[in-house]
Amino acid sequence: MEVRKPHIKSIPYAEFKDNESLEKIVNELHEGGVDVFVGSLDQAINWGRSNSLWSLTFATSCCGIEFMAVGCARYDFARFGFEVTRNSPRQADLIMCAGTITHKMAPVLKRLYDEMAEPKYVVAVGGCAISGGPFKGSYHVVKGIEEIIPVDVFVPGCPPRPEAILYGMMQLQRKVKIEKFFGGRNRKEKKPVVVTNVPEDFNK
Amino acid sequence: MKLENIQFELNVFAAEMAKLKNEKHFDFLVTIVGEDFGEEGLGCIYILENTKTHERMSVKAVNADRNEPYIPTVMHLWKSAEILEREVYDFFGIKFLGHKDMRRIYLRSDFEGYPFRKDYDMSADNNRYVLTDDPEPDYTFEYNLDKDGRLVATKRPLFGDEDYVINIGPQHPATHGVLRLQTVLDGETIKKIYPHCGYIHRGIEKMCESYTYPQTLALTDRMDYLSAMMNRHALCSVIEEAMGVEITDRIKYIRTIMDELQRLDSHLLFYGCCAQDLGALTAFIYGMRDREQVLNVMEETTGGRLIQNYYRIGGCQADIDPNFVQNVKKLCAYMKPMFKEYRDIFTGNVILQNRFKNVGRLSMEDAISYGCTGGTGRAAGWHNDVRKNHPYDMYGKVDFDEITYQNGDCFDRYMVRMDEMEQSIRIIEQLIDNIPAGDFYIKQKPIIRVPEGQWYTSCEGSRGEIGVYLDSKGDKSPYRLKFRPMGLPLVSALDDLLRGEKIADLIAVGATLDYVIPDIDR
Repeated sequence: MEVRKPHIKSIPYAEFKDNESLEKIVNELHEGGVDVFVGSLDQAINWGRSNSLWSLTFATSCCGIEFMAVGCARYDFARFGFEVTRNSPRQADLIMCAGTITHKMAPVLKRLYDEMAEPKYVVAVGGCAISGGPFKGSYHVVKGIEEIIPVDVFVPGCPPRPEAILYGMMQLQRKVKIEKFFGGRNRKEKKPVVVTNVPEDFNK
Repeated sequence: MKLENIQFELNVFAAEMAKLKNEKHFDFLVTIVGEDFGEEGLGCIYILENTKTHERMSVKAVNADRNEPYIPTVMHLWKSAEILEREVYDFFGIKFLGHKDMRRIYLRSDFEGYPFRKDYDMSADNNRYVLTDDPEPDYTFEYNLDKDGRLVATKRPLFGDEDYVINIGPQHPATHGVLRLQTVLDGETIKKIYPHCGYIHRGIEKMCESYTYPQTLALTDRMDYLSAMMNRHALCSVIEEAMGVEITDRIKYIRTIMDELQRLDSHLLFYGCCAQDLGALTAFIYGMRDREQVLNVMEETTGGRLIQNYYRIGGCQADIDPNFVQNVKKLCAYMKPMFKEYRDIFTGNVILQNRFKNVGRLSMEDAISYGCTGGTGRAAGWHNDVRKNHPYDMYGKVDFDEITYQNGDCFDRYMVRMDEMEQSIRIIEQLIDNIPAGDFYIKQKPIIRVPEGQWYTSCEGSRGEIGVYLDSKGDKSPYRLKFRPMGLPLVSALDDLLRGEKIADLIAVGATLDYVIPDIDR
């Protein structure tokens, strides 16, 4: 059988950026019995991503037990798309850093963060992860994990109530929802090299 | 109890300790407290118990040399000394002569100085962290004295050339926190386990030395958060005992009930985690569901879910909630049918039976020698319940059974906890209707000073004896405060428990030992 080779008419670029012509095309398609809807791909990606954030089970102390409670039936973070927790950093989207980070643990946390695949997020749960909390005066406690890895959301409390942890996780979802997959952090454009402290006699 | 230390000279120390153990039957080494005695030198206080008469005593050993302090080891007498002496070495730099493995256990191997000495510089500039990996040596040292009385180090390798070593942890869901078990394997069989602690070492004891007494209380809840009430109970008791504060019956009743609620909470979480480690997610969800009910009851009075901050020196933060009695009764009525449900859904399960029965057996002699108190010791048949042996608060007056089993395997350890929950309900039911009227707090001076002396008091925590050693110089902050961690003996026993077992059983044994890492590391 002969394979038909239809000629596909391309949409002129100007029309593609024009809402009216897009709506006209959608209407034509609807009339022809085709179900379509138009939206931006970024939104679709962010919708999917923000509702399937899987966290690494990273609990060093007390906050970890509250994190377990959030995962269980009464609070149940699966309702918001935090379906499961992952034990391997390579499968996780975010670190819920629940608990104190000590000097001995700091390199481990850094390594776990480095092992995760992009895009990755960090939620600092509890006073210890935010600033050292009640152990700020100790000789062996890191005063906030932000010194080691970038943090997206802080959840204060000692330990935070499960409601607070849920709220913090939903804040992260909001943050994910306004990201730009195209043109944003994924565009591999080289940053312009900015040279400061140029010596004054450079061009002479 | 106020400590009346017997002091032995270092040259006869090991022989005298052997006499105490073999002739006077002090076979349970409760803990070793390292201490910087200032002018006197560096030393240790050994707290011993006779497991037949439950009599306790303490022995002191001091070495005046601050540069190269040493004390003869007692690890050949009590197995628990192995890890306790390493702890003292780590914090004070006291070398134990004849100890086979004198390495740091909590701090990084490249840590400089000994933080618990009084002259240690605590400033932030002196204590910076690095993001490079710990350059761990694969050898260890044994120290001995030569003919001229000088310290000589003998280097020993930790691993053989043929050994296959894997690290379990610090980021592993089955270690219940950040513990690292360096496991030497022969195929699937475990040959040796070196535990590495300290990934959550926050230096609570050292911090307490610069805090006032009421301030120290805040840190206890964050050690073993699943027996927060008991930790605080032990610290409050030791301070109250030292100050001679007599608490009212109402306080005693409230504290006993709260302790038992906390035990219920902890054992329910144990049940859940145990199930999850074996892959039974349903039982985990059931355990957590009922734990929330317990938390509800405590929360209404204390205001906290996990960390309650409820006891204080001389009583409690607040009186019990008006609905407390009614809520506790509802809870008891709710919990009782649940125990049957747990048995139906999980205890009888064939996978559990196969994975728990005759796995990880600990004999009674080893349990005593390692100092594995709590459910682990009781599963091996050792009657070690502090509530029975050294009754405090209302425990002398209520009627309850001390649960013991004989085998000491995983299944018995599991069953001890399941049965203890029922006993907790029994204790609560006896007390809840009779809470007497009275003060819930006995007013203390704004600045609390404890008279000079050394005290040790213990309570039955969720997973063993939680003891607090307090050395006071009459100041408003303690000179030395030391907690006896419940989990440390359990971790030190892991090596013996698991030698010759399969690596998959490590998960089952770890689950039933029920250690909490922030309690071990402090």
